[in-house]
Amino acid sequence: MSKERNREVREPLIHLTRRSSMKPLQAWGIRILAVLLGLLICGIAAFLLVDKLQKNPERIGEFYYTFIRGSFGTPRKAWKFFKDLAILLSIALALTPAFRMRFWNTGAEGQTLMGVLGAISVAFYWGGKIPEWLLLVLMFASSLLCGAVWGVIPALFKAKWNTNETLFTLMMNYVASYIVAYFLVIWVPSGSSNLGKLKYGKLPSFGHDYLVIILVTLLLTAALHIYLNYSKHGYEINVVGESVRTARYVGIGVGKVIVRTMILSGALCGLAGYMIAAGLDQTITTESVGGQGFTAIMVCWLAKFNPIGMILTSGLVTLLDHGAAQISQDFSVAADFPDVVVGIILFFIIGSEFFINYQLHFRGHGKEESVK
Amino acid sequence: MEKKLALQMRGITKRFGSVVANNHVDLDVYQGEILAILGENGCGKTTLMNMLAGIYFPDEGEILINGKEVVISSPKDAFDYRIGMIHQHFKLVDLFTAAQNIILGMEEQGRYNLKEVNTRVSGIAAKYGFHLDPQKKVYEMSVSEKQTVEIIKVLYRGADTLILDEPTAVLTPQEIDRLFAVLKKMKEDGKSVIIITHKLNEVLEVSDRVAILRRGEHIATVNTCETNEAQLTEMMVGKKVELTIRRPDPVDPTPRLFVRNLNLYDEEHVQVLKNISFTANGGEILGIAGIAGSGQRELLESISGLQQLESGEIIFKNPKKDRPVTFFHKSMKKVQELGKEHAFHDGNGREISFEGMRRSEIRKLVESGKVLFREDETINLRDRTPLEIRQLGVHLSFVPEDRLGMGLVGSMDLTDNMMLRSYRKGTAGFLDRGKPKALAEQIIEELQIVTPGVSTPVRTLSGGNVQKVLVGREIAYAPKVLMAAYPVRGLDINSSYTIYDLLNQQKESGVAVIFVGEDLDVLLALCDRILVLNGGAVTGIVDARTATKEEIGLLMTRTESREGGEARE
Amino acid sequence: MNIWLDFFIDSLAFGATFIYGSTGEILTEKAGHLNLGIPGIMCMGGAGGCLMLNLIGNSSLPGFLIVILGILGSFCAAMLMGLIYSFLTVTLRANQNVTGLALTTFGAGLMKVLMKQADPVVYLVGPKQLFRFPFAGRTDSLQRLGVLFFLAVAIAILASWVLFRTRVGLNLRAVGESPATADAAGINVTRYKYLATMVGSGIAGLGGFFYIIDYMASQEAYLSLEAFGWLSIALVIFALWRPHLTILGSTVFGLLFSCSSYISNIPGVMVTMAAKPILKMLPYAVTILVLIVTSVRNKRENQPPASLGLSYFREER
Repeated sequence: MSKERNREVREPLIHLTRRSSMKPLQAWGIRILAVLLGLLICGIAAFLLVDKLQKNPERIGEFYYTFIRGSFGTPRKAWKFFKDLAILLSIALALTPAFRMRFWNTGAEGQTLMGVLGAISVAFYWGGKIPEWLLLVLMFASSLLCGAVWGVIPALFKAKWNTNETLFTLMMNYVASYIVAYFLVIWVPSGSSNLGKLKYGKLPSFGHDYLVIILVTLLLTAALHIYLNYSKHGYEINVVGESVRTARYVGIGVGKVIVRTMILSGALCGLAGYMIAAGLDQTITTESVGGQGFTAIMVCWLAKFNPIGMILTSGLVTLLDHGAAQISQDFSVAADFPDVVVGIILFFIIGSEFFINYQLHFRGHGKEESVK
Repeated sequence: MEKKLALQMRGITKRFGSVVANNHVDLDVYQGEILAILGENGCGKTTLMNMLAGIYFPDEGEILINGKEVVISSPKDAFDYRIGMIHQHFKLVDLFTAAQNIILGMEEQGRYNLKEVNTRVSGIAAKYGFHLDPQKKVYEMSVSEKQTVEIIKVLYRGADTLILDEPTAVLTPQEIDRLFAVLKKMKEDGKSVIIITHKLNEVLEVSDRVAILRRGEHIATVNTCETNEAQLTEMMVGKKVELTIRRPDPVDPTPRLFVRNLNLYDEEHVQVLKNISFTANGGEILGIAGIAGSGQRELLESISGLQQLESGEIIFKNPKKDRPVTFFHKSMKKVQELGKEHAFHDGNGREISFEGMRRSEIRKLVESGKVLFREDETINLRDRTPLEIRQLGVHLSFVPEDRLGMGLVGSMDLTDNMMLRSYRKGTAGFLDRGKPKALAEQIIEELQIVTPGVSTPVRTLSGGNVQKVLVGREIAYAPKVLMAAYPVRGLDINSSYTIYDLLNQQKESGVAVIFVGEDLDVLLALCDRILVLNGGAVTGIVDARTATKEEIGLLMTRTESREGGEARE
Repeated sequence: MNIWLDFFIDSLAFGATFIYGSTGEILTEKAGHLNLGIPGIMCMGGAGGCLMLNLIGNSSLPGFLIVILGILGSFCAAMLMGLIYSFLTVTLRANQNVTGLALTTFGAGLMKVLMKQADPVVYLVGPKQLFRFPFAGRTDSLQRLGVLFFLAVAIAILASWVLFRTRVGLNLRAVGESPATADAAGINVTRYKYLATMVGSGIAGLGGFFYIIDYMASQEAYLSLEAFGWLSIALVIFALWRPHLTILGSTVFGLLFSCSSYISNIPGVMVTMAAKPILKMLPYAVTILVLIVTSVRNKRENQPPASLGLSYFREER
């Protein structure tokens, strides 16, 4: 059975070892390289998908420039960029406590939508009947409550029976969207499900419509950073996330922490919903959150659950999204082109982590070479 | 006697990051011999053998089989060269039956026919004198059965070279004898058997030759009949060491923890603890022996409040007689209650009941230190959470078996790990990292922990240092009862002796130490009494100064109990 | 034929979408990979099949060849998505949840971009009848059960047979339970993971193709596909990781889905407009219920593969 084999053929071509650590600077270098490579592939994808580029290959430079122009081309675009960044960031921040606890909350979409519903239903029923400031306060409370309830339901079952939270929260998204559909049928007698802009319940604007949202999100980032790293609650969340058995061993009530943290996570999603409802839309559709609940999961993960880092990652995703949207406008591609671009770049960033954690050794005599 | 070379390793080097696990190791293995690979934990024995089994790939060096150079880059290659390894942590799929595990990954011709496999497996088992039901699922098996499956798995593939990694660690003395008999039979069959171990007596008993490894280097290979324990030890450790464990006589042992008729069921409604009763004394080390999985973990977890008991009592006796009560662990309410229960006196025989006193007056009196306990305090720990046990003022420390999965958080640094027990201190919502950091620094200093600093994740430390961090933290809590599960597992000799010393120090300062061990020699040398568990029941409590290994081995496997039987009445 | 039978057959047909999706996901999960990219993969499966038909829909190829090529196109497109997923999670050992979500974003987006370029007249109108074999041309509800439906049932049964009655299945299950054990037993873990993920993705992709070309047979169908991908993943738990049980589970899901459109046809039942969203919520609510029930009765044989979601690196210390 033991056959003689040629050494040169049989020795593995590439041999892997785990890196003990890497300098942060080098790691960031790899990540930036990954994004650049991803952009290159996006260019190639664009060639395949976009007719106008195939006909005028010289416009490829313009193609890349459009990424920047889409986000910062005009002051209006820049404001919109920061607004979208803020909403995405606030949802990602809301997910952070749950993710640090290794509670895979895929239900941010639904929790945020419930936050929007909470605010809009208060505005719909009481708008104009009570003072505007009171209305805004009630909307705020209602948003937080709705989000928290939507977040805590899966948590209760997770705490009691260890029910799979990934799928539970995912399904809750759809339940939420049909609840909104139900209310739209009730609220809009015409049956068009188009509620239109409500007259009441709009956050005051200080200088610019988007300023409040941006400031609140910045404050939230700082608060969450402090909460997670310097508070006892944050410490408990980290211990539960790292090892449930350690948490039990030192007397942390794991179920209690899961429930408490998901109330917080859900309520923060509700807050994002409030900002969408009272700060921006003043109406609701089943698409009010528009998939940002899912994008936020990736934003959160890319930043390694670090609130400060999330400013960067949500910025990157928003930049790509706006840039690609501009491209689909300028080059007349389907409106879903941004998803393709974001997807490709994410693949590259996700893949780049490998080169940060592992080292490659190529065949050769004791000569080691690491791939950057 | 002329013997034929089976395989050779030449100049094998393997590094993990900056750690050199094996440094230019040479090794010869002959046909029809038992070769022991001897070395301390962490000296690279397993790593070296893993390269024969195709788990690791060497950075440098070559492997020759029957004189020809070969490349083993996967376990499949190893099987093709008729090398089979039985890993220390069994590599079996729990949900599969024995037969399914045995044929796993084999590329046999013909239909997938489990019945046929079952017959062949039974045949091999019979040939070497094993007992095995091929249709039993692995998760229903005892440790020794699992090992049997592993050995038959290797034989089924027709291996000529068998590597066994620490095969005796989980067996009773009787099972070890049986295993050695099987190994000798294989040797007579012309197979090469390599046995990795750190136990000298086993080396001398079973092997023909011994290869000694130290810190990843090959020190020497000697014929077993030409060597002795002292010489082997010196080669293994690198210096002359006295391998006896100190055992001070217990000073004034007083009952500290009473465990009465504990019954516990696991999540699948299987009874894992059966009517367990014993008393642990302060100033004494109580050993717990038993085959792995006999209820050791569940027993310690029950005492520390991590299990929901079916029935039974765990009573902690706090020596408080004639000592003043404080508000440190008792609330005002609790003190008032105790007063009504005639718990206090004033030192002159008069009772203090606080009757008719205002709270401020009580506070003044208690703080003056003139309110003394009349009797020792007894606290029932049954149905208390770990947190409640702490709040009751019971100093119970627990060094669990799973250090990084339970005792510590691997990704957190030393400071944050020190905080695990104490982070709740203070009323503010924020953490105070100052004291834990000081404690971490102190433990590093006192226990000579090798670490770049207090902000290094503990996962990156070596096994011995991880254990010192954990034991250090648990001892810093000034325990009255200290429970340690397999505290020296995987540790090198120096670290092991540090741990033994720490346990002895605790014993001498009056702590009731409970030590769960697997090495019977260590248990017999270190403990004062040894409690033997079998299948979740106590089969005996023996005096460690007079008991023998064989006696304990029998207790580990016998079905009916002696002392436990009385407790069942 | 009466309304009840129509209702049942329609549900059966609709269920095929989930049979494909869940069977594909089960194969992947049995290799230890939780693939949240299934929605994206189903989208791309749909796109791949439709684009293939877009190429050959007007040609003079014999009908059976058009059907086979369509299926192949769908299978291959989805398999390529599986390849991206496997490369990232198996070779590069990336986080499976995030990779899956990114794959879904990418797949759903790319499908919508691609489908804009296809001509429904070519890929849909003609070939539709070919896929309705053997009941094409019938006017009753039986016409809904076509080639792709029977293929789904066959694949589910075949997958169960392979998983539980062959060596390959034994090895694959070992990879998902404990890759280190499988590796030590000489199984090529990487190859199994790649194969299971790619074949599983291909199968799931057919679900998307079936939904667009056969069940809905409408050019707007692709817009609603993503949600069924998520439900397919949830259905895996319902089926206790046994592909043949997805047939049962899928039919139940089909019934729940069809319920909102059939209920108003049932004589004597009145539904208001507001009740419709509530009825549409049913499949998701029932999924949640099933999740809860299976977690409460937690039995050893009915658990997910033990190393689901974990990357494997042989030289881990």
